[in-house]
Amino acid sequence: MNTQMNVNEALPLDTFSQGVKDCIPTLLGYISIGIAFGVIGITSNLSVLEIFLLSVLVYAGSAQFIFCGLYLAGAPFSVIIITTFIVNLRHFLMSLTVAPHLTQYSALRNIGFGTLLTDETFGVAVTKLAKEKTIGGNWMDGLNLTAYFTWIASCTLGGVVGKWLPNAESWGLDFALVAMFAALLIINLVDVGKTKLMHYLKLIALMALIMYVLLYFLPGHIAVLITTIIVATIGVVTEK
Amino acid sequence: MTTSLSMILLMIGCAIVTWLPRVIPFMLVRNVKLPDVVLRWLSYIPICILSALVLESLFNSEGTIVTLNWLNVIAFIPTLIVAIFTKSLFKTVIVGVLTMAILKFFL
Repeated sequence: MNTQMNVNEALPLDTFSQGVKDCIPTLLGYISIGIAFGVIGITSNLSVLEIFLLSVLVYAGSAQFIFCGLYLAGAPFSVIIITTFIVNLRHFLMSLTVAPHLTQYSALRNIGFGTLLTDETFGVAVTKLAKEKTIGGNWMDGLNLTAYFTWIASCTLGGVVGKWLPNAESWGLDFALVAMFAALLIINLVDVGKTKLMHYLKLIALMALIMYVLLYFLPGHIAVLITTIIVATIGVVTEK
Repeated sequence: MTTSLSMILLMIGCAIVTWLPRVIPFMLVRNVKLPDVVLRWLSYIPICILSALVLESLFNSEGTIVTLNWLNVIAFIPTLIVAIFTKSLFKTVIVGVLTMAILKFFL
């Protein structure tokens, strides 16, 4: 316990409250998507309790939407579970990217960091890493728990008000996620430096091409995973 | 406010397959020192995965031919400009959502 306290003291910005603060810009994304999910859950014949439990247990936006779609379509449980696994497999890469920076913490705390990793918290964490080269456990907990509780509250709220709010998906609030990823991408690109920037811009152009082709054969979430693996590999091979 | 045992089991199944890929890497890197080339490869993952998530949203693969998702592309332009000039997550999200709301209102 003492050694951990020392680690924390060495990092001035590793505070829970700083993690909460850094989570705030992403909350609009969680709230809008969470409410939209709650509404869709209700229209997919889930109860409010089930919407609440799903956001507590699975805690993954796209997987929860797909869960509703498959459940409503009467898909077998095995298909729902396998699809959920594939949709969330990209988290493996995200965890693998963040984990080496948090090995000084206990196994239990690392399980905590991993359990609450999402696309959004990953984006915020790697952006902080790009800027400050280090992230702390208290900061991660602040970020993760703020996102987690906001997500559960938003999904549940969506389920409660769902009866009065049809067509939540047509409001365009889901664009909050795209805007957030775009901003995180730009902030990360700014921090790589001029010489690497050209390399990255070429990689992104190549990625657009690969993505376009793959989308003919694969659903979007698998195309995201595979293009990332291909382009990161090309990145390492072609770096000077 | 009800549920059934089979639904609870289904959710637990989904929770386990979501949880494992999130947690396994955290356990892995504690016990295995990743080779330098893997670490260099991982340094490409943030920008690659963020690009992939953005690019995927700009395409529409619902038809037989993959096309641009024009609505998202049009909303993406002011969003990107704000991101580049402000480098602010919050301002970018607000501008993105407002642009999309306006587009949806007129279309």
